[in-house]
Amino acid sequence: MSCIDVKNLSFSYGNEVIIKSVNFEIAKGDYVGLIGQNGSGKSTLLRLILGLLKPQSGSIRLFDTPVESFREWHRIGYIPQRSGIFDQTFPATVEEIVAMGLVNARNAADRHAIQRALEVVGMERYSARQLRELSGGQQQRVLIARAIVGEPDLILLDEPVVGVDTQAQQNFYQLLQHLNKKMNITLLLISHDLDIVAHEADYLIMLNQGEVCRCTREMFVKDKKKYIAI
Amino acid sequence: MLPQIFQYDFMLRAFIAGTIIAILAPLIGSFLLIRRYSLFADALSHVSFLSVAIAVLMDFNPVLVSMIGAVIAAAGLEKLRATKRVQSESSLALFLSGSLALGTIILSFVNASVPITSILFGAITTITESDLYIIAAAGLVAFIGILYYLRELFVLTFDEEYARVKGIRVTLLNYLLMIVSAVIISISITVIGILLITSLMVIPVLTSYQLRRGFTQSVVLSVIFSVVSVWTGIALSFYADLPAGGTIVLILIACFMIALLAGRLFKAKKYEKIAS
Repeated sequence: MSCIDVKNLSFSYGNEVIIKSVNFEIAKGDYVGLIGQNGSGKSTLLRLILGLLKPQSGSIRLFDTPVESFREWHRIGYIPQRSGIFDQTFPATVEEIVAMGLVNARNAADRHAIQRALEVVGMERYSARQLRELSGGQQQRVLIARAIVGEPDLILLDEPVVGVDTQAQQNFYQLLQHLNKKMNITLLLISHDLDIVAHEADYLIMLNQGEVCRCTREMFVKDKKKYIAI
Repeated sequence: MLPQIFQYDFMLRAFIAGTIIAILAPLIGSFLLIRRYSLFADALSHVSFLSVAIAVLMDFNPVLVSMIGAVIAAAGLEKLRATKRVQSESSLALFLSGSLALGTIILSFVNASVPITSILFGAITTITESDLYIIAAAGLVAFIGILYYLRELFVLTFDEEYARVKGIRVTLLNYLLMIVSAVIISISITVIGILLITSLMVIPVLTSYQLRRGFTQSVVLSVIFSVVSVWTGIALSFYADLPAGGTIVLILIACFMIALLAGRLFKAKKYEKIAS
């Protein structure tokens, strides 16, 4: 079963074509990196997949359901760009942020799920702390806990390590490997950092001038020059 | 035996109305402040001024008319904000100054005995029984509305895009937030007046933030600060013969200063503990 199935997708802002008749499919258990230069349309593509934008033509199916009628959003975790996602004065504890992943968390089972998600990301000791008191890397882990608390089948990550230090980035990518390989969660990681994504993801989707090219990590490593040229 | 203050019906009504507003104002203010909509509350309170002026001119119940006026304005403002045709702050300034100007002109046509100061600064002791019924009924509806959507509003306030991804009906909730705010502002006018209502929505919330708690605890604390300030303010104004609205706001500010100091002391102790 495919988690995401994109067919002949096109999107433009006014006269500016951003996505040009794009096709690709992401299967259950894949770890896919979506790469492209700044302004290449990666985030637009992600917003189309999430149903936040409407395409001019083509279709997107999530778990075999057209995105327009898709309602099982608990099956999808989303980690937005860290920078500027929240107001630093917002008085929310780590536990409250993770609970957002369940939206209506109220009972003991939900609290247990929150605790478990925090344990997976190694932040269980911080549950009562305010998000604004944490470092960038720790905040990112909390957002992962929020994404996995509803036990999703698919997580979409939009440039998740921007503004995070190198050590925290390494820990973050290790955690993503754990989610993908051990918990069998499908990942779509958006980044402009070709080297990192080529190292981490099993498949790469390269977006350039509205068109995509898909390859495996092995294909990319073997013929790096060709793909970089693309 | 009841204290002297509760032996008067008008003071009992003042306490009941004051308590309702003291609970609701910081509750909705918790969302407005984070979303940087404090000016929104100001604009709606000025629209209420216009509505009260119309009510006085037409001899209708001012609370009811200001509620209708504020709700229509709130829906209009949200529409403008959502379509991004006008920048949020510009549209608010438009509503704010326009309503005040029109309200002043309308009031100039009416009998000079209309107490404008009571519209501007509130006249809690003049609340009638019918005002109290309207305040209680509208307040109850607003309270239930907020509590019912509390978690969704929390997610929406933190990150609107994430809320959309989680399937939360963002547009509907944005309208709900605006309309409930409008209702709360309009029923607050007799209690604290159009110039001071924003302070009841904002200061208790800011006070609770100084104690560095989570969102839920901050909301509860802000309501407690607000209720205590309103009760103390009404009592003080009765015994010391002071205007209630101004007294309430000064007590709110005093609470904020105390919380600010307490928060700094708590933070310093925390760092000392970490260092040791």
